[in-house]
Parts: sequence; structure tokens; C-alpha cells
Amino acid sequence: MSEKPSDAEILKGLADIVEEVAGVATDDVTTEKSFVDDLDIDSLSMVEIAVQAEDKFGVKIPDDELANLKTVGDAVNYIAKNV
Amino acid sequence: MTTLHLAQGAKASRILGVGSFQPERVVTNDELSQRIDTTDQWIRERVGIAERRYAAKDERLVDMAVIAGSKALADAGLSPSDVDTVILANCTMPTPIPNGAAQVADRIGVKAAGAFDLNAACAGFCYALGTASDLVRSGSAGRVLVIGAEKLTDWVDQDDRANAIIFADGAGSAVVGPAETPGIGPVVWGSAGDLVDMIYMRDDKWIYQEGQSVFRWATTQIAPIALRALKAAGITPSDVDVLIPHQANLRIVESIAKKLRANGAREDMVVADDIVHSGNTSSASIPMAMDHMRAAGRIKPGDVAVLVGFGAGLSYAGQVVICP
Repeated sequence: MSEKPSDAEILKGLADIVEEVAGVATDDVTTEKSFVDDLDIDSLSMVEIAVQAEDKFGVKIPDDELANLKTVGDAVNYIAKNV
Repeated sequence: MTTLHLAQGAKASRILGVGSFQPERVVTNDELSQRIDTTDQWIRERVGIAERRYAAKDERLVDMAVIAGSKALADAGLSPSDVDTVILANCTMPTPIPNGAAQVADRIGVKAAGAFDLNAACAGFCYALGTASDLVRSGSAGRVLVIGAEKLTDWVDQDDRANAIIFADGAGSAVVGPAETPGIGPVVWGSAGDLVDMIYMRDDKWIYQEGQSVFRWATTQIAPIALRALKAAGITPSDVDVLIPHQANLRIVESIAKKLRANGAREDMVVADDIVHSGNTSSASIPMAMDHMRAAGRIKPGDVAVLVGFGAGLSYAGQVVICP
């Protein structure tokens, strides 16, 4: 991306990825949701989401960082900070 | 100056026959969940395994290799005396000495065979198949018996819920010999030794892998190896009838298939899912899957198959073959 995306754009992009990887409706992907507890996404799907987010936003999300991204909001913030 | 004479090899090589062996004992997810904190549903969702086979205590890696190799020879309609070289891909012999290949060759009846073990972990079969093909083409060997055999359960901590559910035992084999037209394409191989810590021996005795890291590597780096193997063989993804990746995890297999289809592979490409009933058998998984799929009629003679192995090292290899 040439310009830094807004948080809303990151959230939308992330929601599209979560829908494709885990079949969760995009409307359910909101910032306060926990990937594991609310969206029922397992550790391997989290890797797939991270890989796609890396491609989409041009960020690096190493596996040890991935463990800290508990909620959708955590992921949005991480991407916003590192893009 | 003295000029050395070189052997004349075959124009091309192909797989002449395949065979496999699995131990009798079936271990279901329910049985595992009685001993460790897991469930059938959890295992099926994470790795796609429903059951796997465990060798008996006195059933050794070489015993399984002998049976699989003998079956491959029978499938090819050959006698032990028709092969002169045996390559045993494995990474789970009980001790570093002796190797397994020499005793396997002797027990099958291949007299004074060229025989060696090859350790490229779960990529071992593809490495060994590529080596066998080139031995036949160079004239160093007439026909080669390639075997991948593992007794992984000797090296798995049965209390480790992440790894005990995955690994299993078994053997698969292919006979490689000369051909008029190529039946084995160029091997595409490589390694990533900088990532060695992803799969290692915990406490020097238990296989351990960093699940998320291995998953990321396998789902991003292995489909490109398969595509390189296709290119090296001069064919396109749409030519592929069968995809046989190392049976590490059904989700990795499906991810590789998805990426090949995104690059033009057909929707009706048959994808190996032998892991469901066999677990992860490392270097045995690809020839075992091929043998099972042929027996089930999912592979026909002449089908174009792409094989790709990947695992500890990290090591990877792939090639295109014409199914026997």
C-alpha cells in the first residue's frame, strides 16, 4: 500500500482475511473480539491470517508476536504501528 | 594423460513398481485421548488424522523396510537379483551404527548391493528418488530399490500432546530403473539450515517441532518448490493429475493444493490424504500414499504426479513422476 491505511481500513482488510481463512462473517470481526475465545480461531489459522495480513499490509508478523495478538483490536494496532 | 572410462547410463528413468507396509496395530484418536489431554475432534481439526499405525515393540524399522521393498519388487515383476542398489531413506534408526540399508538389501536377497541410508527427514524419499534416478542415468546403478521407512514412535514422547498425536510408523518403496522416455523428472531440492531449530530432538531423545513456525514455513515455502519441479520437468500445473505432498498435516496438504490450483492446477487433481489413516510417517509417507492410492484406484498408470517432501533440517525436495 502506498499510503498508511486507517484503522478502519485495516479492520476491514483483516475481517476479509478472517472470513476467507476461518469462515467467520466479516460483521463478527470487531475490535473487542478474541480470536480464540470469541471467533473460535485456532493457532494454525492464526498463522494463515498472519501470512495473508503480511502480504496485504506489507508488515512482518513473526510467530512470537503473533502470540501477543489476542484480540482483533490487538492485531489492528500492531499492523497500524508496523506498517 | 590417462583418460578414465565412464559408465554409460540409461537415457531416462522411471518408477517400475511401488509397495508399502504398515504395522497391524491401529491407534485411534479416542485411544490417545484416554492417555493424554486431547480429543478426536481436536486432532481431526488441527492435523486431519483419524488413526495411525504403531509398530510392535519388537517390530523394527528394517523389518518394515524389508516388507515394503519386497512388495515394490513384486509389483514391478522383478526379482531381488534384478536390482543392484538399495537406498533406505530414514531418520529413526535406533542407533547410528549399523546403517539399515545393507541389512535390508541382504534380507530381501539383493546380493552385495550398493546400500546406504539417506537422512533428509521427511524430505528423504524425494531426495532418495532423485538420487536413484541419477544413479540409473549415470550408469552407476542398473536398478535401484528406494525405501522410506520410519519407526517414529521410538522417538516420540507419548505424553507430549502436540507431537504424540501426529507421528506413526510404516514403510513405502519404489523400484527405479531405466526407461526410453522420462518417468522421473529432475529433482528440485534445497535446504534452510538457518531454520534448524524449528524441528529438533528435545532432551536429545524426543522429536519436537515448533508447530506454528513449521506450519508457516510449509504453507508458504513448499508450493513454490512443487511449481519449480513442474517447471524443471517442462510441464504446467494443469498437466498434474495427482499431488502427493509429504503427509505432515492435512491442512498443510490442502494449503499446498490450494496454491497449486491458484497457479492453474485442475480442480479434479487428486490430492493425497493418506495422513487421515496413516498419520505422519516422515520419509515413508509419500511412497505409502502412492501405493495406497493406486490400490484404491485413485491413481492410474501414466498419471502425472508431483511429489514434494519437506521437514527437519530444514530440507525439502520435489519432482514430477509418471505413475507406474
